[in-house]
Amino acid sequence: MSAELWPYVVLMVIGFLPNEAWRLVGLVLARGLNEQSQIVLWSRAVATAILAGVVAKLIVFASGSLATIPLGVRMTAVAVGFAAFLLIRRSPLAGVLAGEAVLLMGGYFFAP
Amino acid sequence: MGNRRAMPDLKSYPSSSAAYLGGVRHALTSVFFPVMAGTYIGIGALAHDFGLSALWLTLSTLFVWAGPAQVILISGIGAGSALVEVAIAVTLSGIRLFPMVMALLPLLRTRETRTSDLILPAHFTSVSMWIESLRVLPSIAHEHRVAYCNGLASTYMGIGTVFGLVGFYLAAGLPPLFAAALLFITPISFLISTARSAVTMLDRLALGLGLVGGTAFAAMQIEFDLLWAGVGGGTIAYLVNRYRNKPAKADV
Repeated sequence: MSAELWPYVVLMVIGFLPNEAWRLVGLVLARGLNEQSQIVLWSRAVATAILAGVVAKLIVFASGSLATIPLGVRMTAVAVGFAAFLLIRRSPLAGVLAGEAVLLMGGYFFAP
Repeated sequence: MGNRRAMPDLKSYPSSSAAYLGGVRHALTSVFFPVMAGTYIGIGALAHDFGLSALWLTLSTLFVWAGPAQVILISGIGAGSALVEVAIAVTLSGIRLFPMVMALLPLLRTRETRTSDLILPAHFTSVSMWIESLRVLPSIAHEHRVAYCNGLASTYMGIGTVFGLVGFYLAAGLPPLFAAALLFITPISFLISTARSAVTMLDRLALGLGLVGGTAFAAMQIEFDLLWAGVGGGTIAYLVNRYRNKPAKADV
């Protein structure tokens, strides 16, 4: 198989199929499983923790241009963004904008 | 159905295309438009950063159509993680789609609905579309719900596709500081939106343990760090929650 096609095969096999399978399961079992059932609660907790792990890695072990911003600035930006989200009526937009503002200012003043 | 409740103001449309356009209009004016645009600008920048092509990005939006799964996929492939690990992580992150589809379908199905009509809405199911559909579909006439839902969801998908490309090409052309700001959109927005929907102790514990575990295991360079953080952190959160015997509500 040619090297250019490989990422597309990966996309279909480990991106599309594992995700779409759950939608089809939902379609087939359209009634039945209780949303409160233990397996649903567990899977929801695991999905949340996985996403949190990805988020942490993207911030702490940043790549590309984001890696040029010092770790301290990235962490401060996350902390300020999260605090802004909590303080300003739990608005996601306020949190993201505050975090971005701190990242841009910190990146500008503390660039290596 | 014996119990036909009087619902005089169910919104009806002259045709299926009109209902579809109603869904399109709804998507373009909903609060999720800017949220989705921002999220996909971030995902596009991420794809560019990890060396994937614009076509790959577009196909991943059309076929995977789930922000978290796309982020896991892009960062996993780009960082050269074991493909088995990425596949398992995507599978685990996709489980939440299953109860979402199950909850959506009863709203869409009528006696005349064929299962094949429901494949598209099932594929379109993602968090934003699901929240909006559950909110608005009960006020739409039953026979027009599938078309309305398809209009809504395909427009969201179009927004994701277009703004993914915007992020991709911005990341390619902007100076490093601004490219860094684009790359920062994904982690900060996913962190905040996860925290926002984490209303139960179970969700909050899973979020916290995932953040700590994800950092710690990656720092220790443990193989399959993400799976340990996710399955380990999620299971601990689940067990703690169960042990304390306070029922958590799973409303996805």
